[in-house]
Amino acid sequence: MLIAVLSGFVLAVLVPWLKSWSGDRIGWLLAALPLALTLYFASHIPAVSGGEVILQSWDWLPGLGINLSFMLDGLSLMFALLISFIGTFILIYAGSYLQGHPFLGRFYIIMLCFMASMLGLVLSDNLISLFVFWELTSITSYLLIGFNHEDAEARKCALQGLFVTVAGGLALMAGLIILGHVSGGYQLSEILSGDNPVMESSLATGMVLCILAGAFTKSAQFPFHFWLPNAMAAPTPVSAYLHSATMVKAGIYLMARLNPVLSEHWLWTPLLCSAGAVTMLLGSYLAYSSTGVKKVLAYSTIMALGTLTMLIGIGTDYAMVAFASFLLAHSLYKGALFMIAGALDHETGTKDLSLMGGLRRAMPYTAAAALIAGLSLAGLPPLFGFVAKELMFEALLSAPWQSTVLLGFALASAALVIAVAASVAIRPFWGATRSTPKSPHEAPPGMVLGPMVLALVSLVFGVLPFLPEVGVISAVVTSVKGEPVDFHLALWHGINRPLLLSLASLVVGAILYSLWTRSRDVLSDINTGVARFGPEVGYFRLLYGLVAVAGWQTRFLQNGVMGNYMIVLVMTTAIAAGYTLLSQYGFHPYMDLTGVNFFEAAIALLMVATVVYVTLTRSRLGAVATLGVLGFSVALTFILFSAPDLGITQVLVETLTVILLVLVLFRLPGFSQYSTRFEIWRDGTVAAIFGVFITLAMLAALDVRYFESISDFFIEASYPQAHGHNIVNVILVDFRALDTLGEIFVLAIAALGVYSMLTLRAEANTNEQ
Amino acid sequence: MSSNQKIIKSNTIILHTASLFLLPLQLLFSIFLLLRGHDEPGGGFIAGLVAAGAFVLYLFAHGVTSTRKIMRADPRDLLGLGLMLGALATLPALLFGEPFFTAQWLSFYVFEAQIKLSTVLLFDTGVYLAVLGTILTIVVSLTEAESR
Repeated sequence: MLIAVLSGFVLAVLVPWLKSWSGDRIGWLLAALPLALTLYFASHIPAVSGGEVILQSWDWLPGLGINLSFMLDGLSLMFALLISFIGTFILIYAGSYLQGHPFLGRFYIIMLCFMASMLGLVLSDNLISLFVFWELTSITSYLLIGFNHEDAEARKCALQGLFVTVAGGLALMAGLIILGHVSGGYQLSEILSGDNPVMESSLATGMVLCILAGAFTKSAQFPFHFWLPNAMAAPTPVSAYLHSATMVKAGIYLMARLNPVLSEHWLWTPLLCSAGAVTMLLGSYLAYSSTGVKKVLAYSTIMALGTLTMLIGIGTDYAMVAFASFLLAHSLYKGALFMIAGALDHETGTKDLSLMGGLRRAMPYTAAAALIAGLSLAGLPPLFGFVAKELMFEALLSAPWQSTVLLGFALASAALVIAVAASVAIRPFWGATRSTPKSPHEAPPGMVLGPMVLALVSLVFGVLPFLPEVGVISAVVTSVKGEPVDFHLALWHGINRPLLLSLASLVVGAILYSLWTRSRDVLSDINTGVARFGPEVGYFRLLYGLVAVAGWQTRFLQNGVMGNYMIVLVMTTAIAAGYTLLSQYGFHPYMDLTGVNFFEAAIALLMVATVVYVTLTRSRLGAVATLGVLGFSVALTFILFSAPDLGITQVLVETLTVILLVLVLFRLPGFSQYSTRFEIWRDGTVAAIFGVFITLAMLAALDVRYFESISDFFIEASYPQAHGHNIVNVILVDFRALDTLGEIFVLAIAALGVYSMLTLRAEANTNEQ
Repeated sequence: MSSNQKIIKSNTIILHTASLFLLPLQLLFSIFLLLRGHDEPGGGFIAGLVAAGAFVLYLFAHGVTSTRKIMRADPRDLLGLGLMLGALATLPALLFGEPFFTAQWLSFYVFEAQIKLSTVLLFDTGVYLAVLGTILTIVVSLTEAESR
């Protein structure tokens, strides 16, 4: 499974070469990977549906309980299958949709990374690695949403998605750490199987709230739903993928995954049911009131996410079966519909549904796929969406919490969704032909294949519902519920209450659809009016407020006067650490000067002399050179105390520092006296305080030793364990290599900071001229 | 501007000629330091500093354009390559089922001389390139900003 997850990242690295080798056919080539992954995961279906859970583990940081481990059970398997199966068609589709795009290669790199992160997320067995993959999906989806990075609107939307999901991600991290802490380990499989005292902990409520904050933001639950429609700024293949099988389903996955542990909490059912029901109704209303084809689909995704959250919240056996079926049905039809929306946009040159009509003559295959997928969205027989909707009504009828209210929400939503489905799947293709900005003809094969296949699968699963049932759904229900559940899916249950509810929603939906054209103006007026109080306004207030506070504190604290920064830094250190020193250790300076030889004393004197000279000299170059002397004296001290590596490093660093200083120096104006008498005294006092503090701290450090020195360990272990005689180097590259890795990244960031500061300013200057 | 130009590209013939001979020697020395670093004073960090010093000396003698020409690669690419090698060195341990970043050694004899290859050396090379890339990025952009 490690290879299955990592192969996406590896292939992403190879994209530039594959691109130059295969040109525009690269989509078909790359799609081989998700196809192979689909087959690989499909080969596990018999074992997993037989109740087996496959675990694989690699040690990562075993000391901290952080491992790279994977778990394949029903829930993971269904997600992995959806991600790779739909991914196959998305990659093919994107090749046609973005044909000839200058950044097609870049698109595929990010897309493959995103797919791999998503697979990692659903397969992770470790909370920490799950979180890492979770954040990776946030970052890669940010890059995908902002793919048209020259468009300011796209950048803004991408940033909004990133802020909302990453803010939730931070809360999630806290929640997962609490979960790992109270259950005594970070392995999901152990947390789920053991009788952990998770719910008895006093931290349980905080944990549930933190985890839900992460899941709700990711899965666009009310009141965080606003980022998702804006994410439509992405190219359509991205939207199709993000909405059908990935990204937004990550939050749903997490809630379903943790359901066996967290559902015992008293907040779980009320929170999930109410947030889910509100999101569901809001999503379907907004979908009904929009006209842009991608907006409509985006809001209907919000509807689906709300439904799924609500079903997890209800938590009965029926609800779980409905959850699994609805998830599968939604992924199939939503992937198809988004790809169709892209084809419409591509062929007609507009996204506005009210401008389209009669396209079935020009695009017969797309129209057929749209009809099937639309029927599934509407939840009509004989599609799999119908099976899922019947189950949902059944689950709501027997819901243990606020059954009537939830049922009311679901009925209203179902009626709206039927109207929405008709507006997406029927309106553009049937009726009178309308003139569109481009003259439409059938989309290229790469763009028709995906919708056709996904729509057909919906149809097959609807007619033969035992296929998905024995395949994955029973295994999914087992993992979400925590125990096996006995049930059977069927298309026809006889005339019962769910069927009557479906009929009622169908009638209301048909009426709503007939009002579609007339209701446009009214609804758009209402929506603009209400939007002034919506959560998105809150988001922007918060953002602007943040920028304002940041600006204020920057002007206040970082006013550009170097001397002030130094005073703040130095005095903060001296006061905070000095207080600790005096209160914990007291004031008893003691210096043992025996054993100081002539060289050491001479070097010390030299240092003092250079410092005095530096403060008195009026020549900049002289000061820099003298500081160099100081540095070399320090290097000499290192060598005297037999630390050659440190000595060499110090000499080299000193040399390069002097060179850098000289380069910078010539940019400065001539040396002159700017400081007032008061400032000179103030700076002198600060320097003296800091000097005294450092001296006291050094003396205290020599005097007290709280712990055994670790150097003996290094001397002993260096050769036997790390095959090296040079202990300094062994520490740097082996014992503490992780620190070094972090440091070289810090170096890189510093270098890029200097680079962008210098070149960007230079560019701004050239522009002005 | 013209007075600055002098600092960046000195026209003394001695430095000019000497730097031509010194550059390869310094680079060789830096590789020597890198390779022996595990047992004797040296290592990637020090070696990177020495190599950076070599290029900076050349830059002082010949100016930034010809320095870029002999470097062939953009310093920022060296930096990126260094980070990538450093990160790559963490992975081989996974193949042998050991914790992330555990050092892997491969030791063999060529003409009775023991050759020790390891992920540690790979990592140290990454440090070398990262240090070299960092300093050169800063120095080159400083001098280029100067001459603009």
